[in-house]
Amino acid sequence: MSKMKTITYREALKSAIREALQKDERVFLMGEDVGHYGGAFAVSKGLLKEFGPGRIMDVPLSESGFTGAGIGAALAGMRPIVEIMTVNFSLLAMDQIINNAATLLHMSGGQLNVPVVIRMGCGIGRQLAAQHSHSWEPFYAHVPGINVLAVGTHEDARGMLLTALESPDPVILFEYTSMLNLEAEIIEDAGAVDICKAKVRREGIDLSLITYGTGVYKSLEAAEVLSKDGMDIEVIDLRVLRPLDEETFLTSIAKTHKALVVEDAWKSVSISSEISARIMEKAFFELDLPVERLCGVEVPIPYPKHLEDASVPQVQDIVEKVRKILKP
Amino acid sequence: MISFKMPSLGADMEDGTLVEWRKQPGDLLKRGDIIADVDTQKGLIEIEFFGEGILEKHLVAEGEKIPVGTVMALIRGESDEITEEIPQENIPDQEKMVEPAKVEEGKIKVPVASPQKAGGERVRISPLAKKIAEAHQLDISKISGTGPDGAIVKADIDKCLREGQEKKAKAKTDPIVTEPRYEPESKLAIPESEAIRKAVAAAMSRSNQDIPHYYLEKRIDFSKAMLWLKEANKERSVQQRLLPVALMIKAVAKALDDVPDLNAVWEDGLERKNEINIGFVVSLRTGGIMLPAILNADTLSVDGIMERLNDLIPRARAFKLRSSELSKSTFTITSIGEGGADKVYGVIYPPQVGIVGFGEIRDEAIVAEGMIGIKPVVDVTLAADHRATDGLIGSKFLASLNKYLQNPENL
Repeated sequence: MSKMKTITYREALKSAIREALQKDERVFLMGEDVGHYGGAFAVSKGLLKEFGPGRIMDVPLSESGFTGAGIGAALAGMRPIVEIMTVNFSLLAMDQIINNAATLLHMSGGQLNVPVVIRMGCGIGRQLAAQHSHSWEPFYAHVPGINVLAVGTHEDARGMLLTALESPDPVILFEYTSMLNLEAEIIEDAGAVDICKAKVRREGIDLSLITYGTGVYKSLEAAEVLSKDGMDIEVIDLRVLRPLDEETFLTSIAKTHKALVVEDAWKSVSISSEISARIMEKAFFELDLPVERLCGVEVPIPYPKHLEDASVPQVQDIVEKVRKILKP
Repeated sequence: MISFKMPSLGADMEDGTLVEWRKQPGDLLKRGDIIADVDTQKGLIEIEFFGEGILEKHLVAEGEKIPVGTVMALIRGESDEITEEIPQENIPDQEKMVEPAKVEEGKIKVPVASPQKAGGERVRISPLAKKIAEAHQLDISKISGTGPDGAIVKADIDKCLREGQEKKAKAKTDPIVTEPRYEPESKLAIPESEAIRKAVAAAMSRSNQDIPHYYLEKRIDFSKAMLWLKEANKERSVQQRLLPVALMIKAVAKALDDVPDLNAVWEDGLERKNEINIGFVVSLRTGGIMLPAILNADTLSVDGIMERLNDLIPRARAFKLRSSELSKSTFTITSIGEGGADKVYGVIYPPQVGIVGFGEIRDEAIVAEGMIGIKPVVDVTLAADHRATDGLIGSKFLASLNKYLQNPENL
């Protein structure tokens, strides 16, 4: 058994970037304030000193410009890590991501791979109000040609980037800023993880709780509470939002016959919509109850703490929802 | 008020899909009017109404699949006394008294097996529960659900299965389950040959399991019949020409009139039928068989029977029969025809009590009046229900049949 160590989500992200920079000299980090300031969320603090300005690159405040530059570097053979400070600003870079990164392989008849990794801080929970609290996972997961990963655990914060850099195609990493200071234990020599499978984070037989991102720890906590009432909940961390790993959640449903999908994103046309549809299409005859969803309330995310908390599913919400499903 | 119910168009029919209402609320209905088109395993059937009144209300929507016996519409009769079918004038009083027992409410209300509760309401059931119920052939209309809004969920099915097993273990009575015949999508128009095959399989299995058949056989000299047909056909146009089967049907109808115990059904007892409606087996080109009936065959002339055959056979093959033509037969004939087997031993179509089989008409050396001669003969078999009749009755029937076929001019 490997030794465990306690680490924050931020440290896990940073050690992944550091390892990537050490392992492959084609890798470099570019983004707003990633160098001298150490990153808006201090993820890259100290890396400029360690690796120098050639590899830790501050860029102007122009998401479209530097994302495009990152894509260009990838086309030219580099392995850029583009940090978009938060997903909210990625709207300005969407043309580059969707029209260039996602399509060039296709448009070039298979000649041009775009091995760029784009990291985005995202999520709700830091009182940043409507314009800075978006959950755009469903937007990106909609687009063929890119891989979309949701970093919902410390293990993945430590390992997903390394595997993403090996992908010949663009990868978008959603990192959750509300979790940066969260501590958890991971194995001492944790490293690269797969980026193609969803993962059963907790096994159970009564209901499949399917989630990603910040929903993972919340769901695990809810499952613990519910286990005291004799409800045995299976928690599935989707991890990969595109392409979806159906097998894992369909297998789970074949066992539990009930599903609840939890996410922060707005309910309409979301990841949970897609999961629900796939379950209906491929596991209809395994369902004993309708698929249920707990999603973000469909309003601009409010600034006041209590309203912000109320706008996305919390542990207690999940507990209550599951109770209602299993004990109608 | 008359309750118009989904009729049973044969022992093997459990449900039907209402395709179209031919009559609307307010329409005046006369005896014999076609009230609706219903899709069954036997094809699209026109359902007739045998009463008089005014259509009050439809209770079933087009496209709905409903079990036999479900009330489809309410019809306002001339008076409250009117029953669904106007009784024949010649029905003896005794028979009339039997009538109410036949339409006993409880009996008809129970859906044989379908995903619908009485009244045509859909049963709420989870896909998983339904899958399990189907695998165990459970009748979900009898299971109460504990899921959301009373939906049946897996736990309810599990409970039902447990209880079913306990019951079985305690006493070897009939299991509470009945055979469900549920198909998620209603099939319209021409049923697949598979569906027909299934229907035949169900009816014939039931017959073989329930009915103790006895068999009798008689070789009948067909020379007089053939001669008569030859003469008769001389006077007829090609379209009107008579086939031996028309003569056989007429002879059978007359013989049944002599031996009425065979013109009957067995439902916990022998119940003679007043009308002699001869069902005859039509083989379908796609496989399977149909059993359209010639109603009141005893009252029709041979020409009349031929005319009916010419009308019915193409319609049977096109799956376009009326309800009365499928549901009202009281006895069945199967005839092999040319180039086939010498003899055919039938399987009774329940709840009838007999079936007569005609083999191929062929020349044989037979002894007649102390001489051996060559004559056309037909081997006739009778399969009859031994619960209902004994060999003596069957034997009388064959003797009577022979008598008529020896005197075709009297038919």
